[in-house]
Amino acid sequence: MSKQASTTIDDEESDPDVELPVENGASSVIRALEGAGVETCFGVQGGAIMPVYDALYDSSIRHVTMAHEQGAAHAADAFGIVAGEPGVCLATSGPGATNLVTGLADADMDSDPVLALTGQVATASVGNDAFQETDTTGVTRPITKTNYFATDADTVGDTVAEAFALSGTGRPGPTVVDLPKDVTNAGTDREPGPPRTPDTYDPQYEADDEAVEQAVRSLERAEKPVILAGGGVIKGEASDALRAFATEYGIPVVTTMPALGSFPEDHELAMEMAGMHGTGYANMAITHCDTMLAVGCRFDDRLTGGIETFAPDAEVLHADIDPAEISKNIEADVALIGDAGTVLEQLDAEMTRAPDAPEWREQCTTWKAEYPMDYAAPEERPLRPEFAVEAMDEATPDDAIVTTGVGQHQMWACQYWTYRHPRTWVSSHGLGTMGYGLPAAIGAKVAKPDTEVVCFEGDGSFLMTCQELAVAVRENLDITVAVLNNSSVGMVRQWQDAFFEGRHSASQYPWVPAFDKLAEAFGAQGFSVHEYDEVVETVEAAIAHDGPSVIDFHIDPESNVYPMVPSGGDNGQFALSEDQL
Amino acid sequence: MSEQEPEQRVNELRGPAPEERPRPTGRRNSQGMRIDPEVEAEPRSRRTAISALVENEPGVLAKASGLVSRRQFNIESLTVGTTTNPETSRITLVIEEPEPGIRQVEKQLEKLLPVISVQELGDSAIQRELVILKVHGDEPDKVQAVTEMYDGTVLDAGPRTISIEITGGEGKIDDAIDAFQQFGIRELARTGQTAIARGDVWTTDVEEERYERMHESWRTTTTTTNDD
Ligand SMILES: Cc1ncc(C[n+]2csc(CCOP(=O)(O)OP(=O)(O)O)c2C)c(N)n1
Repeated sequence: MSKQASTTIDDEESDPDVELPVENGASSVIRALEGAGVETCFGVQGGAIMPVYDALYDSSIRHVTMAHEQGAAHAADAFGIVAGEPGVCLATSGPGATNLVTGLADADMDSDPVLALTGQVATASVGNDAFQETDTTGVTRPITKTNYFATDADTVGDTVAEAFALSGTGRPGPTVVDLPKDVTNAGTDREPGPPRTPDTYDPQYEADDEAVEQAVRSLERAEKPVILAGGGVIKGEASDALRAFATEYGIPVVTTMPALGSFPEDHELAMEMAGMHGTGYANMAITHCDTMLAVGCRFDDRLTGGIETFAPDAEVLHADIDPAEISKNIEADVALIGDAGTVLEQLDAEMTRAPDAPEWREQCTTWKAEYPMDYAAPEERPLRPEFAVEAMDEATPDDAIVTTGVGQHQMWACQYWTYRHPRTWVSSHGLGTMGYGLPAAIGAKVAKPDTEVVCFEGDGSFLMTCQELAVAVRENLDITVAVLNNSSVGMVRQWQDAFFEGRHSASQYPWVPAFDKLAEAFGAQGFSVHEYDEVVETVEAAIAHDGPSVIDFHIDPESNVYPMVPSGGDNGQFALSEDQL
Repeated sequence: MSEQEPEQRVNELRGPAPEERPRPTGRRNSQGMRIDPEVEAEPRSRRTAISALVENEPGVLAKASGLVSRRQFNIESLTVGTTTNPETSRITLVIEEPEPGIRQVEKQLEKLLPVISVQELGDSAIQRELVILKVHGDEPDKVQAVTEMYDGTVLDAGPRTISIEITGGEGKIDDAIDAFQQFGIRELARTGQTAIARGDVWTTDVEEERYERMHESWRTTTTTTNDD
């Protein structure tokens, strides 16, 4: 790792184990991060944030300098997902802060814990359109859990500690502290307190007894029960509780996309992912169930399809830590406001018998056989992307972490990889941010250096943040990027084929670079694959390579993602091919 | 590409086609409620006032109004002012939404960090709005008469314009504006409604406790002063 880029300093002048006294707002900010147990942060330097970086110079906190602030936000987000504690990113004022915006909006949609510290022009210049001034709190207000404008060097450390605590508590989300340069420069010797949420923030962890009882009675008399697991299961560390509950009472489990890995997909009760590109069997199960225990999910429209036809016969028992999610999109018959794991344990304690649902389970198994996720891969046809995904899965351990960009490749990564563990799936769900994959892989690898990290990207998506390869090379992060290259923004092309009479307006990318060469230019290992018989060998070589590598898979440019529920459609009417749309 | 269609279709998964699959009988309405598919059941909007007690910190009004506009709630008016406690303000929102929308407004407001407490005010709440109207001054006597009819006050009367203040419930304000229309309204400014619970009821649920606490501190400050 090159020392010029990272500010982890271990020369004789500054011994990170000796805590220097707080001298100014900036050192108080860093002390607050240390007090919160932060060991790594991601960011880019700049004028207004310089005092904070100066204080970081004396800290043992590792700073990973990113190529672009969007990369810093995504890396912090992925770090947060994998580590289960807020990821921290830093940016300067103005363009630095606005470059974070996509990443913050992404974290907000997916309820990922991220703390962003942004520099700001000096308080006296705020509002004057000063050089590199942006109203950061104004811009980030609708896309953060909460944000702060620091006003005082004495309290700025406490504000940062509070923002950290809030980000990770209850329903996680991004928080921002905007740090005017005069505040971080101003002298103070006030030591910040430990991370603490304010008294007014008081999430409810345990569901009301009455609701638990009602939910249990409903589950007990269910004939076609389904558990719909959402990302909250992972956030709430409730995967074990979910598995125990589902197994004990024989209830099939469908997951949302953010919940991939919350329930082992090789389990007999696993119906896998539902929604727009979910499996046929998952969509049949959620459409035909009579009781749905939804845990930690927010009924996004990519999951529900048209509201009118979503689980239309089902009594919905909705467990979520955020009361505002209850009945926002789908009316809940029973509201279980609380933490996913706690609520599952409460339900378990109240259950007196399992639902009588052998026929339903059999039906679910039949659907699995009826709508298999298989595909033909004839040698003479161009490479199928599903084949590449499966080969990567084969070549990596069960606990390997997958990150993705956004597009068809992301959907194939959902469908053809078998997720068995929570926090192994890192993707941009709610915002659908192209370019998320590579910076996320960096954040994931930094959070778990000993775990295999694989990134699936599309050619279009990869081009949006591929400059972060420079960071992966500099930090020597052992990640493998698989570009499923179809020379087009495939997901758009698929929709154009289906809904715009095949008019490929601005969706063909015949000009994408040779990604193996691009990787080499950055100092990473590059591979290129065209044929089936090259796949396994290349994947193994890329995984074995110690350091970042990129495989440019030239996949069949006609491959499209199915099953598919057109937006606003009926989940049970998913199309298996284009002519069924 | 279309001339030489490949023999084997690339994307064909197996399984019964959509029309061969069973379909459930139920339906939900646009609010996600299960309904009898035979009957039309779109929930009707109603107009209501919601009171939010908030921390008096910078940006709180922007947070509240941004939230309402971002989520496309149908907002009729929004007023704000401090309470007896200088650290808190009361925001009064009048909205017109179906029942689930009203619950969402409450819950989304509650999520904002500076928001202490939120409550919907029932029909019995005291609701008032102020309007200042400026009409042409040609018929001062008639203007005076209409003003009296609405218990208004003339704030300014000149040869060319007369300005009147009227306070009251929303309906009364609407009626008064209609009545003044005959003189030609040059300009008007309405405040939007502010409201408070009637009688012994507290407007939001934490207010009693806050009131007690403040009185406690008033008492102690007074005692200390006396002791000195
Ligand atoms: C930042 C951003 N811009 C635009 C889109 C719209 N969009 C969604 S999927 C997609 C195509 C992605 O193409 P590619 O990365 O090549 O992946 P493929 O679908 O071919 O696998 C586009 C343009 C988006 N999701 N994010």
